[in-house]
Amino acid sequence: MSTRSTVRSLPTLMRVGFAEAVAYRAEMLVWVLSTTMPLIMLALWSAVAADGPVGRFGQRDFLAYFLATFIVRQLTGAWVAWQMSFEVRTGTLSMRLLRPIHPMVSYAVENIAAMPLRLVVALPVALLALVLVGARTVPRGALIWGVWLLAVLGGWLITFLANFLIGCLALWTGSSIKVMDVWLVAFMVFSGYLVPVELFPGALRAAVAWLPFRYQIGFPVEVMTGAYALPAALGMLARQWAFVLGLFLAALAMWRRGLRRFGAYGG
Amino acid sequence: MRKLGRYFRLLRVQVRSSVLLGLQYRADFLIDGAISLCWTTTALVPLFVVFHDRPVIAGWQFAEALVVVGWFTLLEAILEGAINPSLTAVVEHIRKGTLDFVLLKPADAQFLVSTARFEPWRSTNVLTALAIWTVAFLRLGRWPPPLGVLAALVLLASATLLLYSLWILTVSAAFYVVKVDNLTNLFGSVFDAARWPVQIFRGVLRWVFTLVVPLALMTTYPAEALLGRLSGWALCGSVAGAVGFAWLSRRVWLGSLARYSSASS
Repeated sequence: MSTRSTVRSLPTLMRVGFAEAVAYRAEMLVWVLSTTMPLIMLALWSAVAADGPVGRFGQRDFLAYFLATFIVRQLTGAWVAWQMSFEVRTGTLSMRLLRPIHPMVSYAVENIAAMPLRLVVALPVALLALVLVGARTVPRGALIWGVWLLAVLGGWLITFLANFLIGCLALWTGSSIKVMDVWLVAFMVFSGYLVPVELFPGALRAAVAWLPFRYQIGFPVEVMTGAYALPAALGMLARQWAFVLGLFLAALAMWRRGLRRFGAYGG
Repeated sequence: MRKLGRYFRLLRVQVRSSVLLGLQYRADFLIDGAISLCWTTTALVPLFVVFHDRPVIAGWQFAEALVVVGWFTLLEAILEGAINPSLTAVVEHIRKGTLDFVLLKPADAQFLVSTARFEPWRSTNVLTALAIWTVAFLRLGRWPPPLGVLAALVLLASATLLLYSLWILTVSAAFYVVKVDNLTNLFGSVFDAARWPVQIFRGVLRWVFTLVVPLALMTTYPAEALLGRLSGWALCGSVAGAVGFAWLSRRVWLGSLARYSSASS
């Protein structure tokens, strides 16, 4: 399992992953439709903001915030927990284990390979947002956009690693979809996906800063809508990547322990 | 009449078999209960935040909006206990091509697939809904009028019919796009909007949620009935709408069934 052979196989894995994403494009479309929650929340919040701003958010700020949320959600999607649960249950995980690549890498590549199609969905929304909100609310400066790129990457990594970590539970219990459901609920509420984190009451907001969810969606969105000056953004970025590192180590350890329990039923 | 009796007996058999099946997974009951309790409380957070510094939004007070959430929770319980389990099984049948065995049986296929599995122990949310209503009406300081309760019961029946019809429509899509794990997700995320009183939405979205995907008829109107401010017209309209949707979903189901060409055999 040398690094060199892994790197050499990446382009092929990417191509395979992309072909798969294209083959199941109807499924992806359904998935995209099921992530339209931010647009519903947008309708709701702009009705609330119609008779005066909420916090610092006016109708236009909500528009920018939730369109950005939609875009970031498209770019940070991961679904490994379901995939692992399925592969453990049917025993097809054995096939993956036979390949001379760490499964974490092969799952990650499959997820990343679906990105170009996601971009096709996200880009028009981004353009629409730019037209509706106006270019003035978008942060200026290459540096802050560099931070944004890292923030989106970090957000995706947290989503992916959490998925992987929870997926590993399936090695013990046969299915981890229920645990994933719990995670998803917490994610929806605390990530800023439905409600901007800034609008939470004080104590809750402080608690949310110590949970990983906000760094999955809320943080990249806030950078995108110009909520941070550069130093503050860098501070948040450091916290985000601390979560990435922690989750990465936990996921690796979990995988190593869980694999010993894998019974390869059915396969 | 004899036919009706036969279907009634059939229903009894199906319920019995799914109860026996369920008794094997008793631990699931506790886990599911805990999860749905956790879900319901967490899902209240946005409501708290929205009403945090506005006492009234679109004519709804916090306690009144809570009544809507109660209805949403109750319908979710019905969805998870009686509708979801059977219909996920249909999707699986379609994918594997085993729907053939169902179609061969001498009874209506829609009836057979929709009564295939009940999981009443998943319905811990019914209790949560009752708790939410109690809190809401205590805060309001009055109880629902008797006529309102009666109207609410009628609406409960029509809402269940609507929910079921919408599900049948979703499942019918499974005949066209075979990989549909996502379809159930889609349904869930659209249904999520029913958590909010429909008056909060404006323009097109409100029309969509009243007429196209009639979420208003499922949660907002029953809540208004409990609050004693639903007009007779809205009540009649809801019932008519539910019957209309049931008819439409039946047509669509029969249409998609005609297209079914056994996947694997």
